[in-house]
Amino acid sequence: MPWFKPKEREPAKKPVQQDEIWARCQSCSAHVFKQDFINNLNVCPKCGWHGKLNAYERIGITLDSGTFKEMFESVRPCDPLQFVDGKGPYSEKVEQARAKTKLNESVVTGTGKINGLEVVVCVMDFRFLGGSLGSGTGEKIQQAAVYAGEQRVPYIIFSASGGARMHEGILSLMQMAKTCAGVAMLNEKKVPFISVLTDPTTGGVSASYAMVGDINIAEPGALIGFAGRRVIEQTIKQKLPDDFQTAEFVLQHGFLDCIVHRKDMKSTLHTILSYHNGGSAGSKKGGRRGSRV
Amino acid sequence: MDREFEFEKPVAELEKALDKLRQSADKGDPRIAAQIAELDKTCEERKREIYDGLTPWQTVQVARHPRRPVLYDYIGMMFTDFVELHGDRCYGDDRALIGGFATLDGCKLMLIGHSKGKNVEENVRRNFGMARPEGYRKAMRLMHLAERFNIPVLTFIDTAGAYPGLDAEQRGQAEAIARNLTEMATLEVPIVSVVTGEGGSGGALGIGVADAVLMLSNAVYSVISPEGCASILWRDAAYSPQAAESLKITAKSLLSLGVIDEIIKEPAGGAHSNHEAAAQSIKAAVLRQFEKLLAVAPDKLKAKRFDKFSAMGKFTK
Repeated sequence: MPWFKPKEREPAKKPVQQDEIWARCQSCSAHVFKQDFINNLNVCPKCGWHGKLNAYERIGITLDSGTFKEMFESVRPCDPLQFVDGKGPYSEKVEQARAKTKLNESVVTGTGKINGLEVVVCVMDFRFLGGSLGSGTGEKIQQAAVYAGEQRVPYIIFSASGGARMHEGILSLMQMAKTCAGVAMLNEKKVPFISVLTDPTTGGVSASYAMVGDINIAEPGALIGFAGRRVIEQTIKQKLPDDFQTAEFVLQHGFLDCIVHRKDMKSTLHTILSYHNGGSAGSKKGGRRGSRV
Repeated sequence: MDREFEFEKPVAELEKALDKLRQSADKGDPRIAAQIAELDKTCEERKREIYDGLTPWQTVQVARHPRRPVLYDYIGMMFTDFVELHGDRCYGDDRALIGGFATLDGCKLMLIGHSKGKNVEENVRRNFGMARPEGYRKAMRLMHLAERFNIPVLTFIDTAGAYPGLDAEQRGQAEAIARNLTEMATLEVPIVSVVTGEGGSGGALGIGVADAVLMLSNAVYSVISPEGCASILWRDAAYSPQAAESLKITAKSLLSLGVIDEIIKEPAGGAHSNHEAAAQSIKAAVLRQFEKLLAVAPDKLKAKRFDKFSAMGKFTK
């Protein structure tokens, strides 16, 4: 019997429509059976390119079946600035995003188990306004941190975001300070925080919670960076290398602990978590005894 | 005047007339002296009116005014015994973000701020006040030093943003800012921040997680520059004035959103028209804040800061 359970593979369940039999890989352009792509966790079977997952697909392949309990799901945007841009009011965009994704915000938060080990998870969903960090996003991420701190349960955030949500102006910027204050509180309580950076993690999200995990893990090829490629090219008047701001580039410069293939993510998280409190974290009681206050 | 704004023209004309009168007039003549005083008053009133009625986009222009006081102007006017401390102990010394020990009217503190230049040469040396990771890491080092010395931290924010360059990305611009946001949240000494000019996004917030955030009346503070926002959401930078309006970036808007704690009134005609008066107003406001904050125990201070930032944002539950 190995000292950790063998990984469970729970493919994301997504109905395949009759007219969508083939999928084309965005990286190598190979045509693959859509069902093969889905069975392979949205990873191209030919080249290993990692496509995006929505929040519930991510939860499905990360947490033990049936263990996820959602929290703070009613939090949603309220258009605090009455923001209107060239394409109309922000409030309309929010309603469209809610209808399209059946989500209230760009993050799904709750508790669950990874091979039996309890965790608090925040999973961002890029489909909801580009996974942007709005007031509701910040509130959910911070409330989840407060809960993790109270319960002394390891805290995991899966980031997938273009950055701060401009439509909420300065309030979206302040979410960076708010979420980091949550991380700081966990640091003081010595509760571990694992940050998983998926494609893309940029701007205000990379410059806040995503980069300050006790452990930073990325998926292969994920775009990770602060400023946009175009802005940098315009500033320095040079063409940037192809691998610029990829997970591999960020690992090479020392800001990631490791890059983990999606199929190995759950088992890697479990292995890391199993070290918490020297392995006595299986039960909450043991975890509490082992941790310093 | 090296640059004149359209909205300042009426005042500029009045001022020209006033200068002429002053030069040509017989100073002994009480009637002319009275006239000058009258004109002076009118001029001040006009300036006040104009500056009170600025649009957000005009305020952006004032906040970026080439003659607006920069950090080293304020250091000269407000502080004594400044000891600059260099380097982040990892990579280098950023000239765009500087700091050191400083004394403000007897109050000993750690001063940290973005350092813009006043001419091209100076600006090139200081990278136009756009800091790299080593700047943010130096700032954090100095804040920890302030904790060690048990003195409060005062930060001056004036930057278009953190520098978007290849080297900055390689050395972890995102991580450096994120680390500051996290560690400032639990710093055990009071932190006061003053937005003196441009509060450019993460680059500003990287030294702005403070117990009290003050803002000069013509400063701006925003998640993205109006130009950047316009080119993304309107797909045309020409819509910058609309973006400036929509983003709610003026001191008044930010006070009503609960993001800042106090507006420091600038002299009539803006800080650039009277550096000394601007410096004195900042000094008085900062001292008032420190008097309150220094009376709070470190644990309570941290808890209050946590609560303050936890309450940021508006959403529906």
